Amino acid sequence: MNENKQLKVSAIKNGTVIDHIPPRNLFKVISILGLDKVENQITFGTNLESKKLGKKAIIKISDVYFLDDEINKIALVAPQAKLNIIRDYQVIEKKVVEVPDKIVGIVKCFNPKCITNHENIVTKFIVASKKDVSLKCCYCEKITYQDQIVIV
Amino acid sequence: MKNKSLVSINDFTKEDYLKILDLAEGFEKNPSQQVLTGKVVATLFFEPSTRTRLSFESAVNHLGGRIIGFSDSNSSSVTKGETLKDTIRIVSNYCDLIVMRHPYEGSARYASEIATVPVINAGDGANQHPSQTLLDLYSIRKTQGKLNDLNIFLIGDLKYGRTVHSLIMAMSYFNPTYHFVSPDELKLPDEYKIFLNNMGIKYYEHKEFTDIISEADIIYMTRVQKERFTDPIEYEKTKNAYELRNFMLSNTRPKMRILHPLPRVNEINIDVDENPKAYYFTQALNGMYIRQAIITSILGLK
Repeated sequence: MNENKQLKVSAIKNGTVIDHIPPRNLFKVISILGLDKVENQITFGTNLESKKLGKKAIIKISDVYFLDDEINKIALVAPQAKLNIIRDYQVIEKKVVEVPDKIVGIVKCFNPKCITNHENIVTKFIVASKKDVSLKCCYCEKITYQDQIVIV
Repeated sequence: MKNKSLVSINDFTKEDYLKILDLAEGFEKNPSQQVLTGKVVATLFFEPSTRTRLSFESAVNHLGGRIIGFSDSNSSSVTKGETLKDTIRIVSNYCDLIVMRHPYEGSARYASEIATVPVINAGDGANQHPSQTLLDLYSIRKTQGKLNDLNIFLIGDLKYGRTVHSLIMAMSYFNPTYHFVSPDELKLPDEYKIFLNNMGIKYYEHKEFTDIISEADIIYMTRVQKERFTDPIEYEKTKNAYELRNFMLSNTRPKMRILHPLPRVNEINIDVDENPKAYYFTQALNGMYIRQAIITSILGLK
């Protein structure tokens, strides 16, 4: 079983593995973490079999380690994501993501009449619910629910 | 409250509200107090609202202050493509206080972050209109002699009506019982019901009100606002959902009063106007005293 997994997405020597990403949100995770601008080696796989999610995506980033604040941002789109910190092919630490209290500059307010959708403003949200992620806009005070989340 | 912007009704505490109401009482007894001499207030109305603008400008004039500004965005640099950010930054240089009405929700909060002077939100889209809420509280206290333990009927557009939303939040400090009357299309959004449930405040939802208004201490009528609808068909279906007529008031409580944020269209028939329970025109007058109270309080003059 382990051999099969390694064949699908190759192992990394050092870096971070982000596992249990919902496949439909893989590119949102890439966007949130700014991986499209990183020059390190990145491999990803999607629509992989998962006992927990049915299908999952996985990202392996060589020689990159994230701060908790950075990685928690992906909780908006991948609340069940797990991180493995790899050194010399060994998992030395496992982490789960946590929805932060405040979301700044990542999510677009779903309200078309919100000022943030009409001027060049960094969006700010207070997390109203961490369970079924809902975000209250600090400007228009409207709630953006999880299925409405669009990454800026 | 000095130098604190008033963007949302949630920016002020219960004590702040009561202080504003008490100050407004003083201005009602003596409206011409020249405490704003030498001060300049900018009224920036990016969308027209004659009533609110005149109320604020009248308040400033009675206080001896001066006014600069514009009454709709066509007469400002917005037509040249200037951003709100730049407008606010520039106008902050010229005044001691900004009163702003803007069609986009959240614009007042944004303006308060940029401005170097306090900002009073005179309405940001369908979001907030806190000075209206304070004048509503003032009118309720004045007519009922108290704010606590009242039966408040809110009728009409409860979905988009920002005055309704703010009043619900503000009155929640005073143990009200709410009766929400609206067609299904314009029901109160769930977030407010969740708030009331969490606060343990009683509320009832109805589609009709004629047989229950004998219980009311306050009837708060609202207009179905065309500009808040994205779907014109939905507007046409609901615009004439309720009309209050004079004959409906015969069994209502003696102290009951009818409030309306104005302007009204069809929701209160003119035959109600001469009924002593019709309070909406005096309510609008109260707005001037409240705005005097807010301005002087924010500028630290009272």
